[in-house]
Amino acid sequence: MDKPESLRLRLHVDPLLLAGILMLGAAGLVVLYSATGADQHMVVRQGGRMLLGLAVMAGVAQFKPETLIRLAPWLYSAGLILLVVLNFIGTGRGAHRWLDLGVGRFQPAEIMKLAVPMTCARFLTAGDLPPSWTRLALSGVFILLPVVLIAMQPDLGTAVLVMAAGGFVIFLAGLSWRAMLALVLVVAASMVPLWSLLHDYQRQRILTLLDPQQDPLGAGYHIIQSVIAVGSGGLFGKGWLQGTQSRLEFLPERHTDFIFAVVCEEFGFAGAALLIALYLLIIARGLSIAAGAQDHASRLLAGSLSLTLFIYVFVNMGMVVGQLPVVGVPLPMISYGGSSLVTLMAAFGMLMSVHTHRKKMLF
Amino acid sequence: MEFSLQLKDRVRELKLVQRRLTAAMFIVVALLGLLLMRLAYLQIVEHDHYTTLSQDNRVKVLPLPPTRGLIYTQDGALVAENRPAFSLDVVPERVPDMEDSLKRLRRIIDLTDADIARFRQALKQKRRFENVSLRFNLTEEEVARFSIDRHRFPGFDITASLSRYYPQGALLAHVLGYVGRIDENDLRSVDQANYSATTHIGKGGAEQTYEEELHGRVGYQQVEVNSQGRVLRVLESTPAVSGADLHLTLNLSLQRAATEALAGRRGAVVALDPDTGGVLALVSAPAYDPNPFVRGIGVAQYAALLNSPDRPLYNRALQAVYPPGSTIKPFMALAALYYGARTPAATTWCPGWFMLPNDDRKYHCWKKPGHGRMDMKEAIIESCDVYFYELAQDLKIDRMHDFLDHFGFGRRTGIDLPGEAAGVNPSRAWKQASRRQPWYPGETLIAGIGQGFHLVTPLQLAHAVSVLATRGLSATPHLAGSLHPSPPAEEETISPPVETAVTLRHAQDWNVVTAAMHEVVQGERGTARHSGEGALYAYAGKTGTSQLFGIKQDEEGENVQDTDIPERLRDHGLFIAFAPLSAPRIALAVVVENGSSGSSSAAPVARQVIDHYLLKILGLGEAVPHGQT
Repeated sequence: MDKPESLRLRLHVDPLLLAGILMLGAAGLVVLYSATGADQHMVVRQGGRMLLGLAVMAGVAQFKPETLIRLAPWLYSAGLILLVVLNFIGTGRGAHRWLDLGVGRFQPAEIMKLAVPMTCARFLTAGDLPPSWTRLALSGVFILLPVVLIAMQPDLGTAVLVMAAGGFVIFLAGLSWRAMLALVLVVAASMVPLWSLLHDYQRQRILTLLDPQQDPLGAGYHIIQSVIAVGSGGLFGKGWLQGTQSRLEFLPERHTDFIFAVVCEEFGFAGAALLIALYLLIIARGLSIAAGAQDHASRLLAGSLSLTLFIYVFVNMGMVVGQLPVVGVPLPMISYGGSSLVTLMAAFGMLMSVHTHRKKMLF
Repeated sequence: MEFSLQLKDRVRELKLVQRRLTAAMFIVVALLGLLLMRLAYLQIVEHDHYTTLSQDNRVKVLPLPPTRGLIYTQDGALVAENRPAFSLDVVPERVPDMEDSLKRLRRIIDLTDADIARFRQALKQKRRFENVSLRFNLTEEEVARFSIDRHRFPGFDITASLSRYYPQGALLAHVLGYVGRIDENDLRSVDQANYSATTHIGKGGAEQTYEEELHGRVGYQQVEVNSQGRVLRVLESTPAVSGADLHLTLNLSLQRAATEALAGRRGAVVALDPDTGGVLALVSAPAYDPNPFVRGIGVAQYAALLNSPDRPLYNRALQAVYPPGSTIKPFMALAALYYGARTPAATTWCPGWFMLPNDDRKYHCWKKPGHGRMDMKEAIIESCDVYFYELAQDLKIDRMHDFLDHFGFGRRTGIDLPGEAAGVNPSRAWKQASRRQPWYPGETLIAGIGQGFHLVTPLQLAHAVSVLATRGLSATPHLAGSLHPSPPAEEETISPPVETAVTLRHAQDWNVVTAAMHEVVQGERGTARHSGEGALYAYAGKTGTSQLFGIKQDEEGENVQDTDIPERLRDHGLFIAFAPLSAPRIALAVVVENGSSGSSSAAPVARQVIDHYLLKILGLGEAVPHGQT
């Protein structure tokens, strides 16, 4: 056994992944400084959250993947109970999302981003792969139960992410392409009768979600201004702290969901491409960790977590460039906010756990 | 053997998962590639376009106000129209120094402190690049003065818009209400996006009830403006959809006739089409001119209206409640027939007073010497109190309440106007709930002649007469006849269903009461015979007096020293009527406040209104059979 490897294995850290995360975090703080209008206080707070996140990541990485997988049902049950309870005692701006713990607020839906893929990974690998129809159906129930509760809060963005996390496990477990195609067709077909049942105003609301240009005084205003910010950035951008769209407050939600527009405006196509490359590096590393994992459960879990990160990035950026509907999904590691950041870091911790707890003989 | 099979399975499974991971990687790369292509398109190909939009110009979305629907009366008069008006608007982000600009502006344009205060309030609610109105209805002189100095006021501009105008002024104020400037409370109850370009909202009257239909839908323009705020070109435009035009059932000529008939007195006239419930005239006097409210009424002018002892802002036709007095008697007679408590021929002896057993209090008839022997018709014609005291004692209060309920007493009629009062149709349960007191027998007696706890609005009374005139059919009173949406689509006719409110034991029982009411105005002994003189048609009516001061009144309005009583303490005169006697076309209620008696004050008003409607508007004239029943 050579020395450097033993050190990183003892600390349960994957240097490549860590490097990507640190670079992303640093970029995030730089962009945030500009997006908040040079608010040092907010940047320091976000930096603090990142340190907390790193600690959570390191902590999670110390557990063996088998242990994490064994905890899955407990985490899942606890999260589900909290979600149900939340409908009665939740606090927050109109939406039942937050649970007040006294020391701070906390979103039970975040637990589900991890618990759903963990539970599905454990359940589907308990039998043969590709899984039997019974197991697939039951996993569907495991996924849809929290998704419906979260969508009712209503938090469409998180519901989509939880559904994606569970769906990826099923996909990786080997659900046949033909079955997936059939599923897509069934869902699409069920939309037709559902559509005719809706009231006019409900249809209008959905149409606005799909095409914000129809509502330029409301949701469409965000998209129009966001696309102008992106387009006016050009190849190399207007420069750090020089974005007129964000400086002049034309761009709404510029330090949270629309922060990618600030990146595009101030750092141009080059900066945006670099950021996308950084995400690709982390996602690719996550998938390679999954491929090299020791058992199916950790393989599915690691793969699903990496792909969920991709969905985060894609849905957020697609919204900013005006190609996807506006659902509240933050840009991981860059958007201001703590709840989803800590969850994300815990997921990175799981990836590291999967990678560093392998038995030597398989190397 | 089993082990190797298992191993083969494991290898197959591993390959499956790894194939999937590879596929996932390909999809990720492909989708991120698409994202990069979109970014390249926006940031490289279309870069110049977006640079133009973001730096030299700004794209703004301007809401376009819809044109408010017009209001017409039944006889085709335009009674709520839109006229061009000029307002001074400000885009806050373009004003370098707001305080300085306002100070300089006050030298050329008349700006009150109230204007400025309201403007500052509006500033807080709007985004910095949105228009905020500073002053409305600039005179042409002010527009000219500002235009000369415009360059000194960046961010300020004159906007031409449409302003509501009511050509009939006070004549329809209590019917139409008016539109006033939207305040924060109004915004909470409407779709804010739809009102983003709207400055006024219906307050009171039909303008309030039909706000949604009259308002229309906001349009918008996506425009490019330069750094000075001038619109350079329109990128995209969705026109506003005008509000629907509202056609009333109300007849303007009849409204004017009724207003003139009240001439200078306080009171109300409500005339309904008994078959449909359509309001033909609705007058509350005195009224006020609604036009200053549209422009923004001055504090002093508003205080004068608010503090006037004549209360011109108060809609007596549907907000004021009066004791119905003797106008309740026809309904009491119907109740007696309905419950079989009296036959029409049964008589009561009126010695001028009535006493309850074991009670030495005397309940007087308005005619001190007494009416003598009275049957049902005579008691209505001469308005004998003693007959109805005795009747009330037999009916008991709860049966009276239940029967009057069929005619809508004590309930809002549900007319399409805001602020209607419910009145009181008393019962034991009502008194227990509202006063926590038991019902006393004496109260039943005075309830029998419409005094005591009974309270009605003129509108309720007119509605009750409609039910009587149609022999038990009820249609909710309504002002709106039809809505005509723009662009021309299917027009919507407004006609509430006609329901059977009450059915008597024998259909001819109605005749007993209507024949008596006919004699009230056109019989030899009727209390309102003077007002019925010379009518070219047969009609029916009933007088009533709301006692204010406990002084006995003469129902015929004779032998009373009115001059001895201060005007404001005189009784209110009431009158209900419908015409013609057969196949009625109009049912109405008239209240003249402090008019002393119904026969002298209210009955002549009713006659004038009916004359106008039947002779001038419907042109029935001699076609209506005239005769005594």
